Amino acid sequence: MSNIPAELRYAASHEWVRPEGNGVFTVGITEHAQELLGDMVFLDLPDEGDEIAMGDDIAVAESVKAASDVYAPITGEVVAVNEDLEDSPELVNSDPYGDGWMFKVKIEDESEVESLLDADGYAESIEDE
Amino acid sequence: MTNKTVLHAKHLEAGAKMVDFFGWDMPINYGSQIEEHHAVRRDAGMFDVSHMTIVDVKGPQAQAYLRYLLANDVAKLQDKGKALYSGMLNEAGGVVDDLIVYFFDDTNYRLVVNSATKQKDLDWLAAKAEGFSVTITERDEFAMIAVQGPNAKAKAAQLFSAAQNEAVAGMKPFYGVQAEDLFIATTGYTGEAGYEIMVPNEQAADFWQALLDLGVAPCGLGARDTLRLEAGMNLYGQDMDETISPLEANMGWTITWEPSDRDFVGRDVLTTQKVAGTDKLVGLVMHEKGVLRAGQKVTVEGGEGIITSGTFSPTLGHSVALARVANTVTEHAEVEMRKKWVKVDVVKPSFVRNGKSVL
Repeated sequence: MSNIPAELRYAASHEWVRPEGNGVFTVGITEHAQELLGDMVFLDLPDEGDEIAMGDDIAVAESVKAASDVYAPITGEVVAVNEDLEDSPELVNSDPYGDGWMFKVKIEDESEVESLLDADGYAESIEDE
Repeated sequence: MTNKTVLHAKHLEAGAKMVDFFGWDMPINYGSQIEEHHAVRRDAGMFDVSHMTIVDVKGPQAQAYLRYLLANDVAKLQDKGKALYSGMLNEAGGVVDDLIVYFFDDTNYRLVVNSATKQKDLDWLAAKAEGFSVTITERDEFAMIAVQGPNAKAKAAQLFSAAQNEAVAGMKPFYGVQAEDLFIATTGYTGEAGYEIMVPNEQAADFWQALLDLGVAPCGLGARDTLRLEAGMNLYGQDMDETISPLEANMGWTITWEPSDRDFVGRDVLTTQKVAGTDKLVGLVMHEKGVLRAGQKVTVEGGEGIITSGTFSPTLGHSVALARVANTVTEHAEVEMRKKWVKVDVVKPSFVRNGKSVL
């Protein structure tokens, strides 16, 4: 069973969201997702300043196995991108909830986060896969 | 029913992620495919290849049979233990399988064929043996372990007996020798030095453990695929199959045309194809971000084609692929990736040898 931190919120498409305060949320992909994909080799991330909407395919995680879309779990403006992933895409494998974060979003409507899954809900959703 | 090699328990013990590989429950990786890949390029790694099929061909007409069965000519083999890579073709010139044949004498050969095609191959060998005085025997009492990498031979030597070390001393690439309980061959599927070792089933787990204790990294099918692709080696079922001629699969060098009166299965069709010209298998190199994948469309000067195998090359740090394309191809091509056409370089289908780029 993979690690699903209780303090995060999740999209069924395997992204996680962490509140950083002032309406900013960090986004990455879950441990389960990186296990499915295998060793990461390239990340194609959005640019700072991009406006993204929940459900948009806004990034590509390319592993030895496959190229996989990453979807925006929330709506807002991209305010930071994890540039370390350019040279070290394996951080997504080794530390998916920490150094492997992908980007930060300044959210428009904080209530949107409440519509995401909690850890139990996400655990259930991947059991059903 | 799922087949298991005698090393299955060792894979589980090492925490391998297992996958179904043509009916065999095999390790895809033991954690990180890329680290396993680097272990083979930089030090030593090992693969359980016990699922491959070992077949002995013996009898007064063993040589005549194999000269008819295979597109390459076993009559070229003169040194005891020398190995030859060949396609085994059907009458239409398609590849039934690719294999390695070891020569002991004109009445005694050993073949190693793919696991995915095992039953088809055994049936084919039997059907083509009609009229030849040969016996064909599967040797499933052996497991097979490939130990590959710049330090592979030195590490394996620590496990060999004095007699075994003497038997392999100075052995050139592409030879095999029976030394006490082990059949030790200087063959492989990685582009590195090393051995493929046939071990009696009951000794295989201990041998594997002893290699592990010497620091040889266990490697799964994932690394095996990226290593063979960097080395420009074909994978049966992916880069060629029964509908593909060896001329379209970078296997032209494995067809022995002389003497012209040697009849082998598929010869007539190949002769016609050679005159008419065929598509060819080339290497593609992409320097941009992204990974070339099997099935992607390719356009080249004067025609088109398709990627048969593609991957991220851990050694080179960018993507490489094999593609079958029109023979009018020049040094550039374009590949359709995620609805965009991306420029790539066309090269000979070989990317890495002995740990180094050959681009």
